[in-house]
Amino acid sequence: MQGTNIILVLVVLTNLKLLGSSRVGSSIRVVAAQGVVLGLLPILAHAHEISWRYAGLAVGTVALKGIVFPWFLFRAVREAEVAREIEPFVGYVASLLAGVSILAVSFWMCTRLPMPEAIASAWLAPVAIFSIFAGLFLIVSRKRAVSQVLGFLVLENGVYTFGVGVAPQASLLVEAGVLLDVFVAVFVMGITIFHINREFDHIDTDRLSSLKD
Amino acid sequence: MILALLIVPALAGLAAFALPGAALRRGLLLVTALAHAALTAACWKWTPAPALGGWLKLDAAGLLFLSIISVLFLAAAFYAMGYLVQEANKHTTDIEEGFLFDNAPETVFIGCLLLFLAAMSLVTVSQHFGLLWVAIEATTLTSAPLIYFHKHHRSLEATWKYLLICSVGIALALLANFFLGIAATQPGVDAYPLVLSELVAHARDLQVPWLKAACLLFFVGYGTKMGLAPLHTWLPDAHSEAPSVVSALLSGAVLNCAFLGLLRAQQVCVAAGLGNFGRDVWIALGLTSLVIGAVFILGQTDYKRLLAYSSVENMGIMAVGVGLGSAGAFGALFHAVNHSLAKAMLFLLSGNILARYRTKTIAQVKGLLGAAPATGLLWVAGFLAITGTPPFGTFTSKLLILKAAFDTGQPWGMWVGVVFLGLLAVIFIGMTTAFLGMAQGEPEKPIGPGRDRVWQIAPPVVLGLLVLWLGLAVPESLDNVLREIARTLGGAT
Repeated sequence: MQGTNIILVLVVLTNLKLLGSSRVGSSIRVVAAQGVVLGLLPILAHAHEISWRYAGLAVGTVALKGIVFPWFLFRAVREAEVAREIEPFVGYVASLLAGVSILAVSFWMCTRLPMPEAIASAWLAPVAIFSIFAGLFLIVSRKRAVSQVLGFLVLENGVYTFGVGVAPQASLLVEAGVLLDVFVAVFVMGITIFHINREFDHIDTDRLSSLKD
Repeated sequence: MILALLIVPALAGLAAFALPGAALRRGLLLVTALAHAALTAACWKWTPAPALGGWLKLDAAGLLFLSIISVLFLAAAFYAMGYLVQEANKHTTDIEEGFLFDNAPETVFIGCLLLFLAAMSLVTVSQHFGLLWVAIEATTLTSAPLIYFHKHHRSLEATWKYLLICSVGIALALLANFFLGIAATQPGVDAYPLVLSELVAHARDLQVPWLKAACLLFFVGYGTKMGLAPLHTWLPDAHSEAPSVVSALLSGAVLNCAFLGLLRAQQVCVAAGLGNFGRDVWIALGLTSLVIGAVFILGQTDYKRLLAYSSVENMGIMAVGVGLGSAGAFGALFHAVNHSLAKAMLFLLSGNILARYRTKTIAQVKGLLGAAPATGLLWVAGFLAITGTPPFGTFTSKLLILKAAFDTGQPWGMWVGVVFLGLLAVIFIGMTTAFLGMAQGEPEKPIGPGRDRVWQIAPPVVLGLLVLWLGLAVPESLDNVLREIARTLGGAT
């Protein structure tokens, strides 16, 4: 119980940090830290029934989200020689304020849904929904392709938090499949970022605007 | 047999990355497509045994969509044989802006194409909602490199939009899966597994608020992938920038995979007695798609984008059909078959036109019937097929949906029918102007040399004949399958 809550607080803090952060490098590190913290969630949220399944899920999550993704994104960013500024459409202070409002709304929303009884912490669902909305907000409010990938990862972390904490009946095969899909998604996105840079000499997605009606 | 359907294309895809020699790889593509089609045909005769403890099972809906995918892939593979030879030279001049660009390596193209087939087959046989999600996301990831075959900035933009928008949509569908998981938990007993048959059997025990939330998220998630307006924004870009053979598969096969995902959710909803809840969402999204399709088809200047918006429109038609209950669902599923065949035919033909005229602008293509008679004739036939002119199968399917709307006997049903018919008329006018203008007249500027080749003509001819055949006579086995699916989507027909 205690451990789960600490993790959830850390997730909220990393999300807020990400909304207010101006550097690509530190944003990647924050998302990596969030991934590592979330890797511990399956073990702590189900402390009464330690099993190989949860241990495997934890190891896989930490390895992918904490090590492989940051390494890969750093590589994509370095090869793309991105200027370090994030270039938001929405300013940092406004983003933070939006984040806090989203947090409040998420907690309010979860009072409206009947939660199952066997849930590790009452904060799980609101924090998961907060991460999902924060991820969506990052995707639409940031110009850089790499920031949008980070937003996608935060969103995915939110879905993962919900899945591990609230609906723990998915099986190993599905969880492995989900991890594999996320891995390939980030991989393909990273390659695309690399190509976007080579083609345009920048990775600002707001200049991807020649296709429209 | 089910496992063979998945393993054959997956292994072939991996092998394509390793094989030396272009001819060998192309041969592998065709052989795999043939093998997959043969396996699918066998599934019509002998029902394959379930695998992985019931997680993989080919039910009526799966069989229908698997067959669409298999036929389309065979046609596309045959077309690709010639297309890849034509595209094999190193540098190509861009037709719109005149710069030089390279194609992606053919190894990657063929490998991804085969893996893409494996992912789509997995979608059709998945009975477990989690596995279904994994498969649908896999179709996005394996098809993204295909859109970026012509390496230039427009295709890159299309690929990025496709990847990001669809991945976000699908992430929300994963959340929907978890919601469904909570809906299936019971106080005191073990939760039901997320297998379709289990959920349908115990549908009355599911927790209604969570089930409703899950359905809405499924609509957002899979609706994005299916191209239902207003979530369709990636679709015109991806379809217009991808090579024509990939556009044909995207439009005819991938959109249907997402449609199948939504149908699975609808099956659970109907079994739980929430049919009316889903109905409103289906009809609202469907009519919106029709409106968006109509607006952007009128005055469209690019013929590949025209076909893409026509896909949005046709997805709308199917959504309206499913929303109208089991009679409408019967029409919608029949329309899915017809639309896939007709649209794949048109996209393949658009590749022929692009190769000859070297432009995607409708106004610059004139005199198709004179310059390339076979392509021109098929283009007109395809136009008649996609707009639902008798005797093509699309006519029957649209009529069935319209009839279902009026048969509801209620004011809202009448209104849906009237709006539906009005929008179809507007779209017909928009398509007529574009297609007939391209077919008639004299070419304005000298067009590229050459004539229609067998690989350019045979696949569209076969697809066109299939739509025609379905318009004249529906085979009994297909009719049974359609009835069987429609029954699970709202009462008996």
